[in-house]
Amino acid sequence: MKKRRLKIGLSPSAWIGLVLVALFLAVALLGPLVAPYSPTAHNLDHILAPPSASHWLGTDQNGVDVLSEMLCGARVALEISTLVVLICAVTGTTLGVLAGYHGGIIDEVVMRIVDILLAFPGILLNIAIVALVAEPGVGVLIIALCVNGWVGYARVARGQVLSLRESEYVAAARAVGASSTRIMIRHIVPNMLSPIVVIASFAFGGVILVEAALSFLGIGPQLSYTWGALLDQGATWIWKTPRMVLLPGLAIMLVVLGTNLLGDGLRDRFDPRNITSRR
Amino acid sequence: MSLGPFIARRLGSSLLAIAGVSVMVFLFLHLIPGDPVDHLAGGEVTPEQRHQIEACMHLDRSLPAQLGIFVTNIGNGTLGHQCPNPETKPTVMARILEVLPYTAKLAAGGLVVAIVLALPLGIIAAVRRGSWVDAVAALTSLSGVSMPTMFMGPVLIFVFFVILGWLPGPAEPDAPFALLLPSLVVGTHLMAMLSRITRSSLVEVLREDYMTTARAKGLRERTVILKHALRNALLPVITVAGLQFGAMLGGTIITEKVFARPGLGTLLLEGIQERNYPIVQGTVLVIAVAYVTVNTLVDLTYGFADPRIRRG
Repeated sequence: MKKRRLKIGLSPSAWIGLVLVALFLAVALLGPLVAPYSPTAHNLDHILAPPSASHWLGTDQNGVDVLSEMLCGARVALEISTLVVLICAVTGTTLGVLAGYHGGIIDEVVMRIVDILLAFPGILLNIAIVALVAEPGVGVLIIALCVNGWVGYARVARGQVLSLRESEYVAAARAVGASSTRIMIRHIVPNMLSPIVVIASFAFGGVILVEAALSFLGIGPQLSYTWGALLDQGATWIWKTPRMVLLPGLAIMLVVLGTNLLGDGLRDRFDPRNITSRR
Repeated sequence: MSLGPFIARRLGSSLLAIAGVSVMVFLFLHLIPGDPVDHLAGGEVTPEQRHQIEACMHLDRSLPAQLGIFVTNIGNGTLGHQCPNPETKPTVMARILEVLPYTAKLAAGGLVVAIVLALPLGIIAAVRRGSWVDAVAALTSLSGVSMPTMFMGPVLIFVFFVILGWLPGPAEPDAPFALLLPSLVVGTHLMAMLSRITRSSLVEVLREDYMTTARAKGLRERTVILKHALRNALLPVITVAGLQFGAMLGGTIITEKVFARPGLGTLLLEGIQERNYPIVQGTVLVIAVAYVTVNTLVDLTYGFADPRIRRG
């Protein structure tokens, strides 16, 4: 066990994070397949029923099976987070690399846009975009989250490129006649992936939080069973059935905690100062 | 770089940011699909009514002319008027000023809660680093970062209002102690971040030679930590507190909904529901300007304190 840990180099708390994230992935991928009921099947004979053999986690105010809602909600959260993180990471890294490598006008324009987006409280921008579309679906939500989501990647990527650009192996590649595109793709990007992975890990939990917040504010994707929407409905019934707040609330918290622990662990793992002291 | 150019450059970039934000806010109205008139009139409108609303919202003018009107409204401090029948309704600015004190109080409360909780937590964790106290402090702050506002709020209401009955519940913003629970909710996220920063910053300072000197002088450990170490460790804490102000403003929007408090967030959501775009634009602009202003002030303070920053 000890040998293994040395090899992978993750701290115990990072392992807890990894387990939480893996659990979430399993639930989100398998959940909808094993959900006992449809997450939208109303049954007005069983409103706010307590947990029982047929409804393990009880039913909500429309008689919908809460377990099924939670399982299908996990899938929605996974889909939205994965897409947002992927789109933002690719866009942000590309823009950051281009800005850092070429400098000049591209750099100036990209960084001014970054400044303006950072001058805006992130969630306010998301709210404004989603809110002004008449009937926001999952697609609109993803666009809204991506409008400012790429900024962090771009800043870090640009900073990395600025130092990598001057490194000897890049000079060597240039000397043997490699094109700019080839240098960026083959020599620079692979060497700056670790900080990007760390940001992505933190961002994954962040997206789940923002999605939940927007659903809670009543302006999320028009789905009744996202975790945020469940939390919103649950808050209305907290007097009668506290579990309807506790279940989605704890679910969101554990996933976000997991990605934060994992992000922390990865950052420590990739930090060169820690690697030398560990080996 | 000396102070003068530093201040000029920093103010310049803030003004640019505010200008950029204003244009973005203005464009919201025009980039979004769907017709604002339909939303406002709610279904069927006669051509005359449509024309009237369009004229009231200046939608019949060209885009640059509309931008001009928008800028004028910012300049004269009204932030525009509400359509239809603008003369019977308060200006956007009047409505914002009416609720602004509630949000300001909530944000201040959150800041106080965050600092009061974060400093002791960070100090204990730094002084006893590596111990179980440090581990508990780390877990507390990570849970704080991961805790959704819209989860913590209802749970606190349930415990302290429904079960214990100690504190006022939702929709009682003027009751005594009504600010306590909302401030706790708003401040938790910031508390979590600040306690981590306090810890790491204090750990750095504790390694400095002047710490050994202070101890060698025979000062009590308490004096060494609180007077010599903490004062030197506070600068990054203050910076992060300022820079996280925007995230906290986001938290107030959700908290205001949880506690049914009046405020900028409630006004914004109301404007969104009624498709009252001037209100949405005005509120977003005011929050953004507050955010930029605080960030600028933090940067300037930091620049005064630490000459290295001015080179940046």
